[in-house]
Amino acid sequence: MSLDPATVRRIAKLARIRVDETQLGQLQTELSGILSWIEQLNEVDVEGVEPLAGGAQGAQAMALKMREDIVTDGGIPEQVLANAPDRIGNFYAVPKVVE
Amino acid sequence: MFSELTLVAARDGLRRKQFSARELTGAFLGAIEALNPRLNAFITVTPELALEHAAAADAALARGEQGNLTGIPLAIKDLFCTAGVRTTAGSRILEHFVPPYESTVSANLLRDGAVFLGKANLDEFAMGSSNMTSAFGAVTNPWTRQGDNAPLVPGGSSGGSAAAVAARLALGATATDTGGSIRQPASFCGIAGMKPTYGRCSRWGIVAFASSLDQAGPVARTVEDCAILLTSMAGHDPKDSTSADRPVPDFAAACRRGVKGLRIGVPREYRSEGMPPEIEALWQQGLGWLREQGAEIVDVSLPHTKYGLATYYIVAPAEASSNLARYDGVRFTSREDGADLTELYEKTRAAGFGAEVKRRIMIGTYVLSAGYYDAYYLRAQKVRALILKDFTDVFRGVDALVTPTAPSAAFAQGERMDDPIKMYLNDVFTVPANMSGIPGLSVPAGLDAQGLPLGLQVLGRPFDEETVFAVGAALERAAGFAALPSMRAEV
Amino acid sequence: MATYTIEGATGSWEVVIGLEVHAQVISRSKLFSGAATDFGAEPNTQVSFVDAAFPGMLPVINRECVAQAVRTGLGLRAHINLVSRFDRKNYFYADLPAGYQISQYQHPIVGAGTIEIELADGSTKQIGVTRLHLEQDAGKSLHDQHPSKTFIDLNRAGVALMEIVSEPDLRSPEEAGAYLRKLRTILRYLGTCDGNMEEGSMRADVNVSVRKHGEPFRTRCEVKNVNSIRFVMQAIEAEAKRQIAVWEEGGTVDQETRLFDPGRGETRSMRSKEDAHDYRYFPDPDLLPLVLDEAWVAELQRGLPELPDEKRARLMREYGLPAYDSGVLVAEQAIADFYETLARGRDAKLAANWMMGDFFAALNRTGKTIETSPVSAAALGQLIDLISDNTINGRIAKEVFEAMVETGEEPGVIVERKGLRQVIDTGAIDAAVDAVLAANPDKLAEFKAGKEKLFGFFVGQVMKAMAGKGNPALVNEALKRKLA
Ligand SMILES: [Mg+2]
Ligand SMILES: [Zn+2]
Repeated sequence: MSLDPATVRRIAKLARIRVDETQLGQLQTELSGILSWIEQLNEVDVEGVEPLAGGAQGAQAMALKMREDIVTDGGIPEQVLANAPDRIGNFYAVPKVVE
Repeated sequence: MFSELTLVAARDGLRRKQFSARELTGAFLGAIEALNPRLNAFITVTPELALEHAAAADAALARGEQGNLTGIPLAIKDLFCTAGVRTTAGSRILEHFVPPYESTVSANLLRDGAVFLGKANLDEFAMGSSNMTSAFGAVTNPWTRQGDNAPLVPGGSSGGSAAAVAARLALGATATDTGGSIRQPASFCGIAGMKPTYGRCSRWGIVAFASSLDQAGPVARTVEDCAILLTSMAGHDPKDSTSADRPVPDFAAACRRGVKGLRIGVPREYRSEGMPPEIEALWQQGLGWLREQGAEIVDVSLPHTKYGLATYYIVAPAEASSNLARYDGVRFTSREDGADLTELYEKTRAAGFGAEVKRRIMIGTYVLSAGYYDAYYLRAQKVRALILKDFTDVFRGVDALVTPTAPSAAFAQGERMDDPIKMYLNDVFTVPANMSGIPGLSVPAGLDAQGLPLGLQVLGRPFDEETVFAVGAALERAAGFAALPSMRAEV
Repeated sequence: MATYTIEGATGSWEVVIGLEVHAQVISRSKLFSGAATDFGAEPNTQVSFVDAAFPGMLPVINRECVAQAVRTGLGLRAHINLVSRFDRKNYFYADLPAGYQISQYQHPIVGAGTIEIELADGSTKQIGVTRLHLEQDAGKSLHDQHPSKTFIDLNRAGVALMEIVSEPDLRSPEEAGAYLRKLRTILRYLGTCDGNMEEGSMRADVNVSVRKHGEPFRTRCEVKNVNSIRFVMQAIEAEAKRQIAVWEEGGTVDQETRLFDPGRGETRSMRSKEDAHDYRYFPDPDLLPLVLDEAWVAELQRGLPELPDEKRARLMREYGLPAYDSGVLVAEQAIADFYETLARGRDAKLAANWMMGDFFAALNRTGKTIETSPVSAAALGQLIDLISDNTINGRIAKEVFEAMVETGEEPGVIVERKGLRQVIDTGAIDAAVDAVLAANPDKLAEFKAGKEKLFGFFVGQVMKAMAGKGNPALVNEALKRKLA
């Protein structure tokens, strides 16, 4: 699998990672290399195999536990906001979003 | 001398009042001060907090109320959130993050009286096998090749944890293992490291890399030390929906069980081409030791195991691409300003993440994207099911498997950096246990021709860590591994 | 049933509508965290580290939210999936802290169901419900607090939503309105969502396309987050007309997300959604499949209240009410309860007339609701009793009712205080009749000459003379006797 520059740009955009045009070539080579190597999986016969989503569903087959509907959390705006790079009042602030 | 103590020996000494927790902690803090500038095993050292913990431990010991780990100085991988102590995940983007909460695993250790020395270095977001990707600098392996002072990697991602323990800067450390990140650095640093069954330790408060694979575990000098640490770390946590609601057995007791009558499987697919002859030889020797102690060695087949690594490099990046979306410059990360929100995101993440993390996020984004999901992610999940089925089938006939931990000994810093796939191949023997969720332990078993440690890996049935510990302890006893790294504290 | 069409230059167009309703689940705490869900709290006070997606935080599902989704599914006569799963829907947005929404994409908790809607002409129509799934709400972005910044409040982030998706079975704004009203009624009966569109606890995304009669579906557009039933109806008409204009000018309608501007009465393309359509769904590895116990579902089924359709049928059967009256009275559970309290042991039709007439008018006029009504069902019942036992007549009853609305007093008290008991003393009535006949000799002569219409005039005069309190039957009887 070889990625073209447009695809690399599209992935970077989806992932919200700025990629300079100067980095694009190397990234394209690296990602294409990894994807080609991954393609060895195409030789596996997976006909009729149920996909396995997670560790907890394979080795032990647990059921999802449910918690009771009780308020046990929140009421900690100072802690929630303490690490914010831009805080105005009790809000997180970001550049104005236009919808 | 404190540096010679195992965790078990230190615990005995504390209980017998041969020394105080403050003395012990002070010695380790001194060792860190002396050696960390060269090893870079810690990102953050917390001497005041450590001495506070030690004082509390001494008080508890004086009252005769010691817990499993009272007064034992530990390093905490900087992936575990620690209340009031900066937690970076080895990333620039979390450089200033101070969590207001304590991870369940580290809280369990504190509950049992442990002393925290500081936060151990790691590959950025635990993505790596060399510790070269940390934003806080590479960790240096305390071991060097005979007649060669070239700095070696400690393995990764728990390289800081492993190096700290190997160099006697801590009696044990927490670590996490997503594709081998406990076992491979343990092997590279000549110590023991245990990845328990997925669900055995709570993931709550551990910075997530790949949620369906991540599992916390200990590294320590001996198998029994690991067993003692895991007993404290493990346990059901209602805050983690994937945490197993099972009692925690006395893992230390299991170390004394012996292997008589056990059936030990040797997966033939692990005998890969190009395996260094010393590793092959050590493997055979390990099997011989077990046979001598009464185990039966059985040839087995895990036909899909060779696809483990490629499967891993779809599943782990996919989950990571989603898990790392929260590092966006809005709530708790550093931020790069942008004219609009999208620019803010893109610049913040470009500046905050290192090259390997970006690569994996982009691979993960790609394999989940429209039109590619079935070909990559869904197929990987099906192969994952086949890998699990291999293990399930094999464990009907054997009690444990023994393999080498890694395909090589520690390599030099800067090596294998030119091609990401070369680096990924480090995890070829460890990844299948993460794909299937089974427990795996690395035991230091011997040295290669250059005098570097090599580990053997023991794999077991889900939630049968006890057998894994029993086999690991038997290997350890037979190996009598006594070699010492060239860089180590002597306090 | 009349077919709704829009006339264009090239002929008439049919409108095809499907609705995606986001209904906020009534629960104390959030879907995956223990933070509270109350509306209107101070910013970021109902936020846990889980809601703000701090490193290492993990979701744990709320049993009550699951129960509410199952109840709703049962109320929609839908299939309950005993195994469902949570996926991550990945996209970056300021009020989506984790960078993904936990939602159910491939395997929702509730499958196909139906909603019966009633239309103005008395007809009914079955609208298919495709599915209902559970998901997290996002936080709130405030764009108008600062000249150059958007403020983020995460109080709502993580609150449980039910997304209820209809089949494209709706064909007019009226049907869409009826669907939303009916869905809201069902949710309120079930107690699973308060249906309050102003507070955003029920929001609608409207999928609209148009086609010529007999054609397959054409491209649809999604009008997002319309926050009242009236606006939904307006948005459908505006969007349908826009699409017709595009088609008729030889263009093509692009599938896109749009916003309705109620001020201008038009829809416009949504800029922020342009490049966001690759959501990279995958199963959330922090959660296991949700497996429901059949016995638990059966228990929830047994605990369901009587639903509007059943209640309507029962009111018709038990109280002999016409379909229209029953439909009005079951629109809200509280109204139906009020009615049944009122009608028990009384003239059911009289009770319905009083509620749907003077009572509703009074609520409207005073801006009160059934819950805050100044007149209780018991008091209104006493009023009806006073009519039935001839203590007061119907005309006086209206006066007493107005006094009840104003003072909140019981009708008996008002009747006594104001001396409004009707006069049944035949002596007094005879005297009043005699006085009226004596005062109107000319009218009496005309009546005797055959102008029988004047009987009503005499009744009116007698009632007037008795200040309205005469028993109408006795007054009639007395007059007939005297005029015979
Ligand atoms: Mg939708
Ligand atoms: Zn939705």
